[in-house]
Amino acid sequence: MDGSSQSSLAIRTENVCRHYQMGQALVRAVDGISIDIRAGEFVALLGASGSGKSSLLNLVAGLDRPTSGAVIVQGNNLAALSREELAKYRLHAVGMVFQSFNLIPSMTLLENVELPMRFAEVDRHEREELARQSLARVGLGERLAHRPMELSGGEQQRASLARALINRPKLLLADEPTGNLDSRTGSEIMELIHSFNQSLGMTVLMVTHEQALAEKYAGRMAHLADGKLIDDLPNASASARPGGAL
Amino acid sequence: MKLYDVTDLAVRNLRESAFRNSLTTIGIAVGVASLVAMLSLGIGLQQLASRRLQKSGLFDTVVATSRRDLRNFREQREDGPPPANSPALDEGARQKIEHLPGVVEAYPDIRFVTEVRFEDKPHLTMVAGVPFSAKNNNDAFDGMQGSFFSSEAVPEVILQRSFAEELLGITPKPGADSTNIAELAKPLLGKELTMRYAERTELPSSVEAAGGAAYSVVSRQQVLKIVGVTDLDPESMRGAARARVFLPLKLAQSLHVMQPSDTRDPSFSGAPTYPSISVRVKDPNQVPAVEDEIKKMGFGAFSIVDATRSMRQFFAVLDVFLGIFGSLALAVASIGIVNTLVMAILERRREIGIMKALGASDSDVRGLFFAEAGAMGLIGGAVGVALGWTIGRIINFGTNIYLERQHFPPAQIWSVPAWLVLGAIGFSIVVSLLSGLYPAARAARLDPVQALRYE
Ligand SMILES: Nc1ncnc2c1ncn2[C@@H]1O[C@H](COP(=O)(O)OP(=O)(O)OP(=O)(O)O)[C@@H](O)[C@H]1O
Ligand SMILES: [Mg+2]
Repeated sequence: MDGSSQSSLAIRTENVCRHYQMGQALVRAVDGISIDIRAGEFVALLGASGSGKSSLLNLVAGLDRPTSGAVIVQGNNLAALSREELAKYRLHAVGMVFQSFNLIPSMTLLENVELPMRFAEVDRHEREELARQSLARVGLGERLAHRPMELSGGEQQRASLARALINRPKLLLADEPTGNLDSRTGSEIMELIHSFNQSLGMTVLMVTHEQALAEKYAGRMAHLADGKLIDDLPNASASARPGGAL
Repeated sequence: MKLYDVTDLAVRNLRESAFRNSLTTIGIAVGVASLVAMLSLGIGLQQLASRRLQKSGLFDTVVATSRRDLRNFREQREDGPPPANSPALDEGARQKIEHLPGVVEAYPDIRFVTEVRFEDKPHLTMVAGVPFSAKNNNDAFDGMQGSFFSSEAVPEVILQRSFAEELLGITPKPGADSTNIAELAKPLLGKELTMRYAERTELPSSVEAAGGAAYSVVSRQQVLKIVGVTDLDPESMRGAARARVFLPLKLAQSLHVMQPSDTRDPSFSGAPTYPSISVRVKDPNQVPAVEDEIKKMGFGAFSIVDATRSMRQFFAVLDVFLGIFGSLALAVASIGIVNTLVMAILERRREIGIMKALGASDSDVRGLFFAEAGAMGLIGGAVGVALGWTIGRIINFGTNIYLERQHFPPAQIWSVPAWLVLGAIGFSIVVSLLSGLYPAARAARLDPVQALRYE
């Protein structure tokens, strides 16, 4: 569990597999992927639909367990954690955003952002203040009492980003965060994520379809096909962007 | 998660599908209401029966008699001093008995057969003195026509139904409906009747010296006002010696009516003795002890064995049966809880997935569903108790209307003690939590990856 010797290593997967048994057929959603991601890196996961991007992301998120192989995040082998420990890991170590935002429709934005702090047993008064600050940071300071349905897609995704970051995780996992947004709104979200990566030193692992977005923001691009890592390259054009966009 | 947050989120969720959850909660409420109504009826009937038994004086009364009357019998049947040496049952003995532990009161039985004139027609009957306390603890006087004696020694009488019929010249035909007690009492209440009796007067000491009886008998009469007519028999334990005309005990004592026991003891010249003394005991369980104490004093004593024990046993069994039937409705309601919560899991699949992705643990999710089940149990239990209470009241009200039509005194056949209220709500919560066990476990085990896959 001691990660000091590889303090710069945020995520390491070792020949990780996730297979699904579908009747007679075996679906190899993730099929022996080994990848190292250093702390503070911004990595884009690219690949065709069904190539296993979400499956890999869920393994890193601790939402799913590998069929074989190891996923080591900040020195912790997730396969060795109990269900309870995995929940703690998700609560404190990772923030997640999804293509479909996944805000809870019956709750206001403030309540949605407060929710992870309820699980973390943060004091009631303290967490309301933190949620306000977090929403203000993504430009939704005036929309606290609104429900998700009353917001545009871009605003919902910003709220979902505010929620993902509320427990100050070191790792942001994003599954096609711009997939449901037009390109202009998508860019706004990408700028936000990029700024968190730059200013907070947060490690970002982002699944995307769009090569162009990956090229613009990611420091590194990993390509998957049929559950295998076929290509893993540093992004020359992104490294050319000094200090990020903001 | 903290308890506040669990309850807060649970209440939010309950409000989200308020209609469905209300229906489920009403189901629980009806179950609890049926349980409460059944049990309160059982408890009420039990209380009614034991009140009646207690007021009948059957099980809390010891009758003390003097054993001197037995002196003419050769055989010594009971232990204790021989009859000739046994003490006199006089005022001093009465006071001693009254001070025994567990004794509420001890009063002399004054009863005599005499002639009563009403509208110039003579009637022969047994007359008895009634202690003023009987007003509250003999239920024969609870539902009677007219009123109880206005004070302790007034010249007033209460008549038993059969004597009222005799005065009015009514002979009830066997099998026919008896006359309405209210109509029977109407022409009699407020009227006067004259009682003739033999007064026992002490003779001056000079006459006593000459030998023979130490007292003389003077014929007297007393005018009495009819204040009440009772349907029930105030002296159900007396059997054939039952009186049909009742005087205030203090009045009867002051008249110094010649008692049958006086003639049996011609040599006796001291204070008047009583043929027997009725001893009222606080608790039927103390009857044997009081009876023993009185026997130790040298008197005879008898009582009827406590029959309330078997009655309590009967009602315990009855309550169990009523409880089982009442719980059936709650059992059906608990299936409703399972159904509602399982539906809520299907509906909130995605939400549960989101919460897990955000870091909710299995126990957080389980606690949430538990809290929802518990809240429905609590609300359903509280509403159910109120509903059961109302149903009980209505049954009681209806029964009393019926009783009134049949000219019976009103009765409380239904009772909701505090333990039943708290017990029913607690039971409702426990049943609801048990119903929540399966749904909560299922929700906790939900795979977040599956729950979050796009539809
Ligand atoms: N629960 C499951 N049971 C069976 N097969 C599954 C399951 N989850 C994923 N798969 C299969 O695993 C493969 C990879 O799925 P995954 O969702 O990771 O793809 P993806 O790269 O994210 O695709 P997309 O770009 O469409 O989101 C697919 O073939 C999918 O059908
Ligand atoms: Mg996917």
